[in-house]
Amino acid sequence: MSRWSATVKARLGGFLLHVDLEAQDASIVALIGANGSGKTTFLRAVAGAVIPEIAEITVEQTVLSSTQAGLHVPMEHQRIGYLPQGYGLFSHLNVIDNVAFGLSTGRRRQGRAQRQDQARRVLQDLGCEALAERRIGGLSGGEQQRVALARALVIEPQLLLLDEPLAALDATTRRKVRGMLAARLANIPCPTIMVTHDVRDIAALDAHVVVLEQGRVVQSGALQTLQSAPATEFVAEFVGPH
Amino acid sequence: MSGPAITRGLSTMAGLACVLLIGLLILPVVALAWSSSPSAMLAGLTHPMFAPALVLSLRTTLCSLTLTVALGTPLAWWLAVSDSRTARAVAVLVDLPIVIPPAVMGVALLQTFGRQGLLGPLLGSIDVAVPFTDSAVIIAQLVVSAPFFVQAAANAFAKVDADTLIVARTLGASAPAAFFRVAVPIALPGLVAGASLAWARALGEFGATLLFAGNMPGSTQTMPLAIFSALESDVQLAVVFSLVLSALGVMLLAGLRVLPTVMYAARSR
Repeated sequence: MSRWSATVKARLGGFLLHVDLEAQDASIVALIGANGSGKTTFLRAVAGAVIPEIAEITVEQTVLSSTQAGLHVPMEHQRIGYLPQGYGLFSHLNVIDNVAFGLSTGRRRQGRAQRQDQARRVLQDLGCEALAERRIGGLSGGEQQRVALARALVIEPQLLLLDEPLAALDATTRRKVRGMLAARLANIPCPTIMVTHDVRDIAALDAHVVVLEQGRVVQSGALQTLQSAPATEFVAEFVGPH
Repeated sequence: MSGPAITRGLSTMAGLACVLLIGLLILPVVALAWSSSPSAMLAGLTHPMFAPALVLSLRTTLCSLTLTVALGTPLAWWLAVSDSRTARAVAVLVDLPIVIPPAVMGVALLQTFGRQGLLGPLLGSIDVAVPFTDSAVIIAQLVVSAPFFVQAAANAFAKVDADTLIVARTLGASAPAAFFRVAVPIALPGLVAGASLAWARALGEFGATLLFAGNMPGSTQTMPLAIFSALESDVQLAVVFSLVLSALGVMLLAGLRVLPTVMYAARSR
C-alpha cells in the first residue's frame, strides 16, 4: 500500500507536464529539473492550488483529486503542508500567530489559548520557541524557514511539500540550515516531496531523486545510481562533481 | 565633495523651479488663512448655510466612501489577480472618470439617470427620481472618487504574494477566509491610502454635483457648493468655509502620510 501517489498531466507553455509518482513510506522525494520544467506546478497541483487537466492524487488511502471520478477535495479540507519558495509567511502576524494560523480557521479551529500552546510546542520541537513573539520582518532567512516549517507541521500533515526550501538563503546559512532541516525531517513521520536545485540537499536528506525535463520524468532513483549511470546530459551535469 | 560641476547650472534652474512651484502650491492656503479674522470666523461658523452644508458633505461622503469600499474592493481584487484581456480593458475603463472633466461627468450622469436619460423610463416606472436629490450627490461623488480607491487597492492587492494565499488555504482557510484574514490585512495600508484619497476627492467634488444634483441648501448643497454660493454675496464667508474644508483636507493628508508608516512600523517591530 502506498503512502501517497500522484499523477498530474497539465499543459504548460510549450510542453505537456506528465508526472506519475508514488512512495511506500515516509521518505523524501527530491524533484529536480531546470527552471520551467514543471516542478512548482506539480507541487501546486498536489497541494490542490491548481487543477490540471488530469490529476489522480491519493494520500494515505484518501483520494484528494481524481479527474476520472470528477472529485477534487477543497484545499482547506486536505492535510497537506506546503512551504512555497520564499516561505509565504504572513507579514501582518507575529511568529506564534503564523504558526497557530492552521488551528485558527476551518475544521481544525481551536480556542486561542489551545492553539497557541500547540504552536509553541511545534516551535519548541524545531528549537525556535524564542522567536514566538517576534515579527516576521525581523527574522533571518533561516529563522523564516523554520517558522514556515513549524506553520506547515502544526496541522500534522499527511504529506509535506517543500519548494526550494534553501534557495532563499546565503551560502553559509544554507549549509547550516540544510543540516538542521535534514535532522528535523528525519524525525517527522511524514512523507515529503522537495523541489531543489542543489545536489547537496539530496545528499544531506538522503532523498530519492526524480529528474524532470520538459515536464517528463527522465530518471529516478538513489543519488548514487544517478551518479553512476546518468540518463541524460542534464542529470550528469546535476549530479556530477561540484 | 558637493554636486558634480556638469549639473551645477541645471541644479540652479531646478532649484528655482522647485521654489516657484512650492510657492504656488502653498501661497493660496497662506493667503486664505491670512485674509480671515476671528470675528469673521465666528460669523462664518454660525452662518445658517454652514452647518447644513458641512453635515451634508460629511453624510454624503461617508455614504459614497462606504459604497466605494464595498463595491471597489472585489473589483480591485479581480483586477489585481486576473491577467485576462477583459481585466486589462476594465482597468482602463475604471480610470475613465479620472481623465474626464467632472462637469462632463455631471452631464453624463444626467443623461443616465435624468428623466430623458438612459435609465429615465425605468426609474420613472418605479417612481424614482434621482437628479437633484442627495442620492445624486452620492452618485456623483462615487463616480468621480471610486477610481482612486480601485487603482490604489488593485496596486496593493497585486503585491500580495499568491503563495501566502495558497499556504492559508492548505492550512484550512476557505477562499473567503484566506482573502479576509491574509490578503486584506497585508494590503491594508494601500487600501487605507486609497480610501483616504477617494474620500478627499469626494469631499471636494463640485462640477458633477452642481450639474447632476444642483445647489439646493439643505438637500444638495455640499461644502464646495456652499463656498460657490457664498462667494456671490460675501467673500469673507467663502473664506471661512474654504478654511474649514482645507482643514479637513490637511487632516486627511496628515492621516494619509502617517497611517501607512505607523502600520508598517507596527508590522516590522
